[in-house]
Amino acid sequence: MIREITFGQYYQADSVLHRLDPRVKLIGTIIYIISLFLYKEAAPFLLALLFLAAMISVSRVPFKYMVRGLKAVVILLLITAAFNMFLTKGEPLFTIWKLTITKEGLTNAVFIAIRLIFLIIGSSIMTLTTTPNQLTDGMEKLLAPLKVIKVPIHEISMMMSIALRFIPILLEETDKIMKAQMARGADFDSGNMMKKIKAMVPLLVPLFVSAFRRANDLAMAMEARCYQGGDGRTKMKPLKYHKADILAYVILLAYLAGVIVLGKLL
Amino acid sequence: MNIIDVKKLVFEYIRRDDEGNVEGITTAVDHVDMDIKQGDFVAVLGHNGSGKSTLAKHLNAILYPTEGTVWVDGKDTQDEENLISIRKSAGMVFQNPDNQIIGQIVEEDVGFGPENLGVETQKIWERVEESLKAVGMYKYRKKSPNRLSGGQKQRVSIAGVLAMHPKCIILDEPTAMLDPSGRKEVIRAVRALNEVEGITVILITHYMEEVVHADKVYVMDKGRVEMQGTPKEIFSQVEKLKSLRLSVPQVTLLAHELKKSGVKLPDGILTTKELIEELKKVR
Repeated sequence: MIREITFGQYYQADSVLHRLDPRVKLIGTIIYIISLFLYKEAAPFLLALLFLAAMISVSRVPFKYMVRGLKAVVILLLITAAFNMFLTKGEPLFTIWKLTITKEGLTNAVFIAIRLIFLIIGSSIMTLTTTPNQLTDGMEKLLAPLKVIKVPIHEISMMMSIALRFIPILLEETDKIMKAQMARGADFDSGNMMKKIKAMVPLLVPLFVSAFRRANDLAMAMEARCYQGGDGRTKMKPLKYHKADILAYVILLAYLAGVIVLGKLL
Repeated sequence: MNIIDVKKLVFEYIRRDDEGNVEGITTAVDHVDMDIKQGDFVAVLGHNGSGKSTLAKHLNAILYPTEGTVWVDGKDTQDEENLISIRKSAGMVFQNPDNQIIGQIVEEDVGFGPENLGVETQKIWERVEESLKAVGMYKYRKKSPNRLSGGQKQRVSIAGVLAMHPKCIILDEPTAMLDPSGRKEVIRAVRALNEVEGITVILITHYMEEVVHADKVYVMDKGRVEMQGTPKEIFSQVEKLKSLRLSVPQVTLLAHELKKSGVKLPDGILTTKELIEELKKVR
């Protein structure tokens, strides 16, 4: 049961978005986020909404999967909107008790809510259509210029992909240790929050010990297979731009230009 | 020429207390000599703590000798410059399948070794395909290793080593964590590699049944090589094996007991078929 958990919530489907180079999707997400924060007018947001809707329909991922990502941040969203609503100074609309709602505050709250919702759905389109492996590959390639200033990009991306590989294994191990301790009378379910957290401590110690042992074994296995860091390494699945990727860049630039034009004109 | 030559190998673990003072020295490998010819299937048997895994790690230049020398494919393992070429010609498969698979997809894991060697992309794909086919795991190439059985994972590990085109594969108790059917699966794959591809195999194990088909067997105890010879020669000395806390295959034991109680049987019967043949002759 626990091994069914897939990290990064990738949704398997066959769409144009799924086949795009991960670099395009990463840059696309960044461009989209920037476009959301450039202007505070209705017109650019309308374009952003259209663009988002187009991406959702192209991705072939059911819409409810994207909404699911929103659920986790609903409280954060409400708090941010509330702060904007009550704390922005300006022309007062009406007053409840000591709190005054201003016209500027209300528009701020609406915009911040829209921005956050678009941002979360926009970036979840990326994680839903890209496997974690492709993401780390894409990041490694995109951040490669940082190697000049001695940032260990290859090592970081190797660490990320090994971490992803071991998440299900460690989950399974946690499950096993939990069962072993429950068999000896440990209680993980009853009591208040503090009690539950305390019950987790004896779980973490053996988990850490075994994680270190695994790390040691894996390092030895990697060395035995001639791993010597990123230099001189070739790729089994190198990232290459295709025609669709270049077209996607053009569309992205056109979208950004559209947002700027709308924002400046109106 | 011998693919592996071990001369008077000694390896000592130095135990230290919390302040780093030397508490004592454990000699894990004690004056071991070994020579292995290209294409052989060699088994190293031993009880837990007999030093067999420590010996295996010397053959892949993971550990370096305290005394003596190890040559792999004519290269001294103590020479830093030889490291990569030694690890390329002598691949190693470890005990725990989960802790040696790096890729998130079977084919990516098999490609890890060739990637490290700087093989070009097209060639990597060819190597991955042929290695996975050699261990019979080709149809699982797109699967996540987490969804495979222990025996299948271990076969993927073997394919990962195979893709580096080694002359010799060292398997350090590859079946210790597997169930009986997984164990058979792995041993079958290893034997096929030895017989079909002509790759030298060094199998470290404590399961007697896996040793029966070897060309040569070394039995280790307390860091020393106590016995060496063909499986027949080794298994004819049932009493000696027992004194080394090793059990012989069931058939051999049965033949031994029969012989002790007066049935005229030769020494060192290894398979059921052999025993049946010999029993027919007796009648």
